[in-house]
Amino acid sequence: MSGRSVHVAGVGMHPFGRFDERDVTQLGQAAVRAALDEAGVGRGGFQAAFCGTVYTGVAAGHKVLGGLGLSGVPIVNVEAGCASGGAALGLGAAAVASGQHDTVLVFGMEKMPRGIIRSSFFPPWCEEAGYSPAPAYFALRARRLMQESGVTREHLARVSVKNHAHGVHNPYAMYRKPFTMEMVLGAQMVCDPLTLFMLCSPNEGAAAVVLSARPGPVGPPVLVRAAVLRSHVPGSALGEHTPMSGLIGDEPPSPTETAARAAYELAGVGPDDLDVVELQDTDSGREILSIEELGLCERGGGGRFVADGVGEMTGKLPVNPSGGLLSKGEPLGASALGQIVELVWQLRGTADRRQVDGARVALGHTVGRGANASVVVLTR
Amino acid sequence: MTRAMAQVPIHPGLFTLPGDPRGPHLLAGRCVACGKHHFPAGDTCPYCSAADCRVEAIGTRGTLYLHTVVNARPPGYRGPLPYGFGVVDLKEGLRVVSRLTESDLATLRPGLPLALEVAPLYVDDAGDEVLSFAYRPDPGAGG
Repeated sequence: MSGRSVHVAGVGMHPFGRFDERDVTQLGQAAVRAALDEAGVGRGGFQAAFCGTVYTGVAAGHKVLGGLGLSGVPIVNVEAGCASGGAALGLGAAAVASGQHDTVLVFGMEKMPRGIIRSSFFPPWCEEAGYSPAPAYFALRARRLMQESGVTREHLARVSVKNHAHGVHNPYAMYRKPFTMEMVLGAQMVCDPLTLFMLCSPNEGAAAVVLSARPGPVGPPVLVRAAVLRSHVPGSALGEHTPMSGLIGDEPPSPTETAARAAYELAGVGPDDLDVVELQDTDSGREILSIEELGLCERGGGGRFVADGVGEMTGKLPVNPSGGLLSKGEPLGASALGQIVELVWQLRGTADRRQVDGARVALGHTVGRGANASVVVLTR
Repeated sequence: MTRAMAQVPIHPGLFTLPGDPRGPHLLAGRCVACGKHHFPAGDTCPYCSAADCRVEAIGTRGTLYLHTVVNARPPGYRGPLPYGFGVVDLKEGLRVVSRLTESDLATLRPGLPLALEVAPLYVDDAGDEVLSFAYRPDPGAGG
């Protein structure tokens, strides 16, 4: 970031899962309360709030803070698909870095409909003609990795096995059981090559962070070094903007690549400096593509990255120690901030059995509809 | 009173209709300024923002780049299951996302020659056949 230092002064999270007895406002309030309590901040202690959510509807953040008696400050509701929380974080961090505000609250929450995500993004004819199912687009991207990056079905399964092994130790995750290769490869085929256990579940949850020009009471201090949002440049038929067409052989950099480039430059770090990464794993193929797009390996090296176990807890660069979306599930507005909460715990050294020893530099990444991609760099 | 079953496109401006002397084509936009194609056709070029685009009928044939098969009914979808779904490369330099008539994974492979088809996908609530586009394997193309 340019300008003042931006500290993460407090974090809070509501578990990701299914909570029929609670509405989305209550999920958001639980995460907000936890973050404000940890930061020692109450009414009057923050000057603005930024709320990421996609499916919640009108004035979502206002209902959360109004219900807690904390309204009065500007409350900005932000929708940027899967990157909504990252977009909200970027606005909050910029407000602190610029000196506009000393302390801001950033939160995100979601209560996703069950089943395949239905999106108002598509005109009705696209749904009627069969052009809307997200897993089919995920499958085409996975197929491309198989054709061009040496990725195999076993690599795809191994990503799911890894993330579920991590999720076993995460009390905030929806699925906390280990999966075997046989279970993942033998599960129901949703869209070849992706089986049911290679896809994350849309679900519910919330996460919140307090950003401040000063460190919070819980140490060691964690700084936001970059929080970048990018949209797509047209040209890729497989981009998250879900076009009907693209160009052959003239593909622009993806929003993840442009966001990562900008974030590394702002933070003054490169992929080699990272100790721990939380990245978008909507499906197993998306994790491998994210690894390539973030520069964690060379282009086309995603299969080898998985085969060599680089992203395992025992590997050189643990990826998704939280269990990722595959274990946690994906509440769109909360998922990016859920990564940030996990990474703050990692940098503080309080991630319990998920702890990456000595983590000092962390990266969070989300990408989805819009297209939107966010890349956040945190350091201790 | 009954009326004869009519055929209606699922959305106007996507493809040529049955009886068109040109045969089945996609109706793509082509930018006069930069020459690039886009689909569906729009007034403004997505690549250079120029407002001068013409509609061109393209995509009679193509080759399969990527494919999958959709087994579960997506919300709102009204056609048959399972269905093939893929990315098709056209000689005009355009790469289109398309439904495939073939849903057998043993048949679908990268580079498979394909031909465009405009055909009924489902019958709507008014009793009309709704036409959509899809690519089908084209053994006549060799390869």
